[in-house]
Amino acid sequence: MDVTNYVILAAILFSIGAVGVLVRRNAIVMFMSIELMLNAANLAFVAFAQANGTFDGQVVAFFVMVVAAAEVVIGLAIIMAIFRTRKTASIDEANLLRA
Amino acid sequence: MGYTLAFEAISPIANTQVATGSFAYLWLLIALPLIGALVLLLGGSRTNSFGPLLAVLMPATSFGFAVYLWLQMLGLPKELRSQNLVLFEWINIGSFQVPFGFQLDPLSMSFVLLITGVGSLIHIYSLGYMDHDPGKRRFFGYLNLFVAAMLLLVLADNYLLLYVGWEGVGLASYLLIGYYQHKPSAAAAAKKAFVVNRVGDVGLSLAIMLMFVAFHTVTFAGISEKAEQGSATVLFLIGIFLLIGAAGKSAQVPLQSWLLDAMEGPTPVSALIHAATMVTAGVYLIVRSNSIYDLSVAAQNAVILVGAVTLLAGAAIGMAKDDIKKALAASTMSQIGYMVLAAGLGPIGYVYAIMHLLTHGFFKAGMFLGAGSVMHAMNDEVDMRKYGALRGIMMITFGTFFVGYLAILGVPPFAGFYSKDLIIEAAFDRSIIAGVATLLGAGITAFYMSRLILMTFFSNKRWEDDAHPHESGLTMTIPMVVLAIGSVSSGFLLTYNDALKSWLAPVTGYQTPEPPIAIPVLIAITLATVLLGVLVAVKLYLKEAARVAPTDVSIFTKAARKDLYGDAINEAVFMRGGQQVVNATTAVDNSVVEGSVNFIGRITLGLSSLVRATQTGYTRNYALAMLIGVALLLLLAAIVRL
Amino acid sequence: MSITFAICATLSVTGALGMLLSKRAVHSALFVALTMINLAVLYLQLSAPFLGMVQIIVYTGAVMMLFLFVLMIVGVDSSDSLTETLKGQRVTAIAVAVALGLLLTTSIGSAVIATDTQLDTVLAGGNVQAIANLMFSKYVLALEVTAALLVTAAVGAMVLAHRERITPKLSQREQQKARFADYALTGKHPGPLPSSGVYARHNAVDTPALLPDGSVSTISVPAPLQARGSVRDINEEDAQQIVDLTQGNTVIEGGQDGRN
Repeated sequence: MDVTNYVILAAILFSIGAVGVLVRRNAIVMFMSIELMLNAANLAFVAFAQANGTFDGQVVAFFVMVVAAAEVVIGLAIIMAIFRTRKTASIDEANLLRA
Repeated sequence: MGYTLAFEAISPIANTQVATGSFAYLWLLIALPLIGALVLLLGGSRTNSFGPLLAVLMPATSFGFAVYLWLQMLGLPKELRSQNLVLFEWINIGSFQVPFGFQLDPLSMSFVLLITGVGSLIHIYSLGYMDHDPGKRRFFGYLNLFVAAMLLLVLADNYLLLYVGWEGVGLASYLLIGYYQHKPSAAAAAKKAFVVNRVGDVGLSLAIMLMFVAFHTVTFAGISEKAEQGSATVLFLIGIFLLIGAAGKSAQVPLQSWLLDAMEGPTPVSALIHAATMVTAGVYLIVRSNSIYDLSVAAQNAVILVGAVTLLAGAAIGMAKDDIKKALAASTMSQIGYMVLAAGLGPIGYVYAIMHLLTHGFFKAGMFLGAGSVMHAMNDEVDMRKYGALRGIMMITFGTFFVGYLAILGVPPFAGFYSKDLIIEAAFDRSIIAGVATLLGAGITAFYMSRLILMTFFSNKRWEDDAHPHESGLTMTIPMVVLAIGSVSSGFLLTYNDALKSWLAPVTGYQTPEPPIAIPVLIAITLATVLLGVLVAVKLYLKEAARVAPTDVSIFTKAARKDLYGDAINEAVFMRGGQQVVNATTAVDNSVVEGSVNFIGRITLGLSSLVRATQTGYTRNYALAMLIGVALLLLLAAIVRL
Repeated sequence: MSITFAICATLSVTGALGMLLSKRAVHSALFVALTMINLAVLYLQLSAPFLGMVQIIVYTGAVMMLFLFVLMIVGVDSSDSLTETLKGQRVTAIAVAVALGLLLTTSIGSAVIATDTQLDTVLAGGNVQAIANLMFSKYVLALEVTAALLVTAAVGAMVLAHRERITPKLSQREQQKARFADYALTGKHPGPLPSSGVYARHNAVDTPALLPDGSVSTISVPAPLQARGSVRDINEEDAQQIVDLTQGNTVIEGGQDGRN
C-alpha cells in the first residue's frame, strides 16, 4: 500500500477546506471547512505514522482531535454570541476591523 | 580744611567676627518689618484700624535697635567691627555651600541706619499723606515689605542672599509703583520698572554664576579672599555683569528708562524707594564688590563711563521736565550717576560714593516729601507750570525744600558741598574727562534745581482756579524738618574728624585723591559753575514763567522732554528687534521644525492610507492573505530544495 | 492502491466538494459527516483502529452533531447565498488553493517517503496499548496541557453562551396581561396559534390547516418551514369538501384523498 496516495488525498482535502474558508460566508460552514483541513492534516499524520512504523503520528492526530473539539466548542459559542447581537451568522457582517 | 588731611592708603580688613551678644539678634532688624508686612497683608481688613500704626512702629523699632547696635559697634576696635551671623545652612550641594547668613559691618550699618531712619520718617509722613486713602493698609504693608527686603539686601553676607533681597525690593517697588491700581499709567509704569529691572537682574545672576564657576563661593568674605586668583577676563566680566545689575536697580544708562515713569507711585514711595534707598542699591553692590573692581581697571572704567553718562543725561532731562516729581527723579538719576562714578574710582571714591549716598538720602528724600506736600496742597497737581509763589503760603515746606536745594547745589556748609565736591576732586584725580563731566553736572544741577524751586515757590501765581494751597499737617512737616536738619548737618558730621572715612575704610579701603588742580582752586571753580547755573535760572524764571510749556524750542529741549529718547531707543532697538527675532524664529519654527514634523506626518498618513486599503475588515480577506503567505512559503521551500 | 482506498478517497473528496458547493449549511454539515466517516475507514486501513473509532465517535458523533445543534439554534434560513460579494475573493482563493494543492502534491511526489512498514501492533500489545504507552510516557505533558485546555474550553463556552437576564422573569399572570394588552392595542390574537392540518394520512407540521371557507390558514405552519418553502400543497377537492360540509351541502362520498 502506497502511503503517498494518502498524503496526496490529504493535500486535496486540505485545499478544498481552504477554499471553503475563503469562499463561504456562513461562519458555521467556515468552521466546517476548518474542521476539514484539520482532518486532512490528521490523515497525513496517520499516513506518516504508517510509513515510519511508529505510533507517534497517531498520538499527535489524537491530540489534534482534542484541540479541534475544544476549538469547535469555543468557536460555536462565539458564533452564538455574534448571532444573538447581530441576528446573522454571516462572517462579512462582523467587519468592525475595517479601517 | 579737615577733610583734606592727608590719609595714607588704607587696605580693607578681611576679618569677620562671629556675632555675639546683642549682634546675635541682628536678624530682628529684618524680622520686625517683615512681621509688620505679614500682619498687614495677610491679616486682611481686620487690621485696618491699627495696621498703619503698627507699620510705623516696626521700622521705628528696627531703627532704635540699629542705633543700639551702632553704638555697640563704635565701641569695638576697627578690626572686630565686621559681625557675621549664620542662621542656618541654606544651600548645601556637594562643594557648593551657601549659608543663610548676615554680615553687619560699618558699610551695611550705614545702610541699615539710612533705611530704617529715613524709612521711619517716611512711614510717619505717609500717615498724613495717605490719610484719606481707602487702601492705606495695603500701602503700609508693601512699605514694610520693602523695608524688610532692603534690609535683607544690605545685611546678606553672600551674593545669593543679597539677590533674594534684591528681588524683594524689586517686587515691593513694582507693587508700590502700581499702587494706584485704577490708573492704567501706574500699571504700565510698574510693569516697565519690573521688566527693566529684570534685565539688570539677569546681569546680577550672571555675575553670581560666574563667581561660583570661578571661585566656588558666593560669600563676600570668600570672594574677597579668592578674587586675586581670578584671571583678568573673569574679573572684568564679573565687574561688567555686576554693573548691569547695578544699572538696572539704580536707573543708570542704558537701563534708566523706568525711573521717571516710576513717579506714578505715591510720593512717599518716590521719596523712600526711588530717591533715598532702593535706587542706591546699585551703588551698594559696586562698593560691596570692591575686591572685584579693585583688581580690574577696565571694569572700573566701565563703571565711571556709565556714571558720567548718566549724571549728564539725568541733568539734561531734569532741565526740561515740568512735572515736579519727574524733575526730581531725573535729578535722582543724575545724583546716583555721581555715586556710581565715585564707586568706579576705586578706593579713592568708595567712601565719597557712600557719603554722597547718605547725604543724598537726606536732602532728596526731604525734597520729595516737600514735593508731596506741595502736591497735597495743590489737588495732586504735578505740573510746576501750574504752581508759583507758594513760599508765603507753605512756609515750612518751602523752608525745608530750600535747605534741600542748597544741599544738592553743594553750597557750603550744606551736606552736598562735602560729598559732591569730594567726588569732583576724586574724579579729577582719575581723569580730566570724568572731572569735567562732574563739574558740568554740578552746573546743570544748579540750573534745573533753581528752575524747579523758582517755578514752584517764586515767580507768578499760575494756579488752577480751584486750588486752595495750605500748609500740610504735623505728621508730614515733622519728617520734612528732620530730613532738612539732616541735609544741613550730615555733611559736616560725616566729615568731622574724618568720621565716615575712618568708619568705612576697614571695609572699603581708602586712598587720598590727589587732583591735578589745587583743591581750593577746584572748590572755587565748582562754586563758580554752580553760581552760573543759578544765575541763568534766576534770569529766566524769577519774575515769570509760562503757564503752558513753549513748543518752539530747540531739538535739545525736545529730546530732553522725551527723556533723551530712551523709550524710543528701547522700542526701536529692543522691542522691534525682539519682534523681528521672534518673527524670524517663528518662521523657522513654522517652516523647518513644524514643516519636518508635518512632512513626517504626511508621509505616515500617505503610507497608512495605502496600507488601509488592505484593511477591509473582512475576515475572509485576512484569511486569504494568510493562505497566500503559506503558499509563498511553500514555494520558497520548494525552490530552495530544488 | 487498494479498492477500499479508491472508494473512500472518492467519497471523501465528494463529501468535501459537496460541503463546499451546497447552498444550505445543513447539507454542508451532512457532507462533512460523509467525509469524516470515510476518513475513519481510511484510518482503519492505515492500521489505526483506535483513531478510526475516535473519528467516528468524537467527530462524526459529537462535533458534527454539535454543528447541527447550532445550525438549528441559529436558524435554518436560506439567506446564505453563494454569490460572492468581495471583489476577486473567489477567483483568488481558488487559484491560490489550487496552487497550494499542486505545490503540496508535487512536493510530496518528489519527496522520498520510506517504504511502507507495517506497524507491529502485536509486539506493542495492540494499537490502543501502543498509543496509551506513548501518551502516558513521552507525551504525558501534552496530555496534561490538553486536559487544562478542555476544561478552559468548557468554561469559556459557558461564559460566551451565557446570557445575563436583565429583566425580571415574567410570571404567567404578567404574561397574560401583556398578551391582552397587546390584543387591545394591535388586535393580535391572545390565544395559541392554530395547529397544523390533521388529515387521515397527513398530520405532519408542514400541512396547513383549512379554514371553514376552504382557504389555507397560513399561521398554522411554523415560520421556518414557510421560509424554506416546504409547505405541503392542499388538495383542491378536499378544500371544496370542507366548504360543502360547512355550508350543509351534500358530501360526495369517497373523496380523492391521498393525491396530495
